[in-house]
Amino acid sequence: MSDQATLSDNDAGMITRVEELGYELKISQVMTTNVVTFSPDMTMLEALNLMQHHRISGAPVIMNGEVVGIISTEDLIRALRDGRIDRKVSDYMSKNLITAKATDKVVEALRIFAKKNVGRLPILDENNKLVGLLTKGDITNGLLTALQRDYQAEEVIRYRASHLFEDIESDRTSLILRYRIIKDDFLHGGAASNNIKRALLRLGADRQVARRCGIAAYEAEMNLIIHTNNGGFLRVEIEPHKITMEAYDDGPGIDDVEKALTPGFSTASEEVRNKGFGAGMGLVNIRSCVDEMTIKTSKESGTNLYMTIYLDKPKN
Amino acid sequence: MLTLQTILDHIELKVLTDPVDFSEIEIHTGYTSDLLSCVMTGAQAECIWITLIANINVVAVASLLEIPAVIITENAQPDAATIARANQEGIVLLSTPVGSYQIVGRLWELGIKDTDPNK
Repeated sequence: MSDQATLSDNDAGMITRVEELGYELKISQVMTTNVVTFSPDMTMLEALNLMQHHRISGAPVIMNGEVVGIISTEDLIRALRDGRIDRKVSDYMSKNLITAKATDKVVEALRIFAKKNVGRLPILDENNKLVGLLTKGDITNGLLTALQRDYQAEEVIRYRASHLFEDIESDRTSLILRYRIIKDDFLHGGAASNNIKRALLRLGADRQVARRCGIAAYEAEMNLIIHTNNGGFLRVEIEPHKITMEAYDDGPGIDDVEKALTPGFSTASEEVRNKGFGAGMGLVNIRSCVDEMTIKTSKESGTNLYMTIYLDKPKN
Repeated sequence: MLTLQTILDHIELKVLTDPVDFSEIEIHTGYTSDLLSCVMTGAQAECIWITLIANINVVAVASLLEIPAVIITENAQPDAATIARANQEGIVLLSTPVGSYQIVGRLWELGIKDTDPNK
């Protein structure tokens, strides 16, 4: 892109999408189609009057349906300087024609503008007939319009997600997310809780609520990875006014729940501690993040940890 | 508040992840611990986390807590998978041969002191 060097770092994030659009959009989508054209036999004065009237700074010159030249304000200035404003357009027009095809991508036009010192490009169809005119301003407008369309599409998706519950009528609407957590899978530890947090944000949850759910889910997820026989499941039920999360496994159960709830108490192995776990804060953290926490545990049927966060009462 | 670029200008740190515009990353406060659960409770969003742990769980925790940058001290080396995940999650991993105590001291001197959780 010719203007890339002048973009600030702040715009750098946008470049990728704009560049992409340069490859996606065709010239025909951004060019001006109502083109004012001149004939080579007009005088420069007539050209000047037409350009003033249409408020344009240049136009293609057409003879027998073919583009034979292009006139710009620079040519008018030359004619005025020479005192020959009564001369024909064909005497002053630029005949060194640089054109582009309507079916080409916008990026092609950008390359031409970057290389050649031209202000406008006559755009031709496959039969070399003039179908439009393209300036850098047309490209800027076209790209901005396309970006705006992108943005609106994203807005619609966001809006739909965050109004999911309002759109659906039932006596009790909820969305359930389930994640299988695999024993000793430290590599993916935190993936489920990250997805839960993202889903909540997508659904329009408050950032603090999403963070609290994320932290509680992470601790529960790591407990399933570290302390169970066979891993387990995380189940999240999202309702308009509360989020309920459940972590469950099939054993071995918690020996002493009271102890497990004591800050600093941990049964984690030395190996697990070396990974940064086993601070003895897991359940303690969960309890501080959620509004209600219940544990059901037995050697026979494993552990069920229930966590509830109410959306209408903020917790510090 | 300091940008990560300012921190990199003053403290010698090796950038392990792909280079990004560090002047766009704002660091409001810091946190140090090698126990993930403590980080979960104590670390604020937009903080820089100083730790000895170099495994992939660091990235998971940082991502969940919106921690933009982690300084791994005493030359602990994250593996390729950890660095790849950090790149994917947009978290900057930095490495230093010196200990956490020294790094925290340098950051404090630079002016990263604010630990107000409401900010």
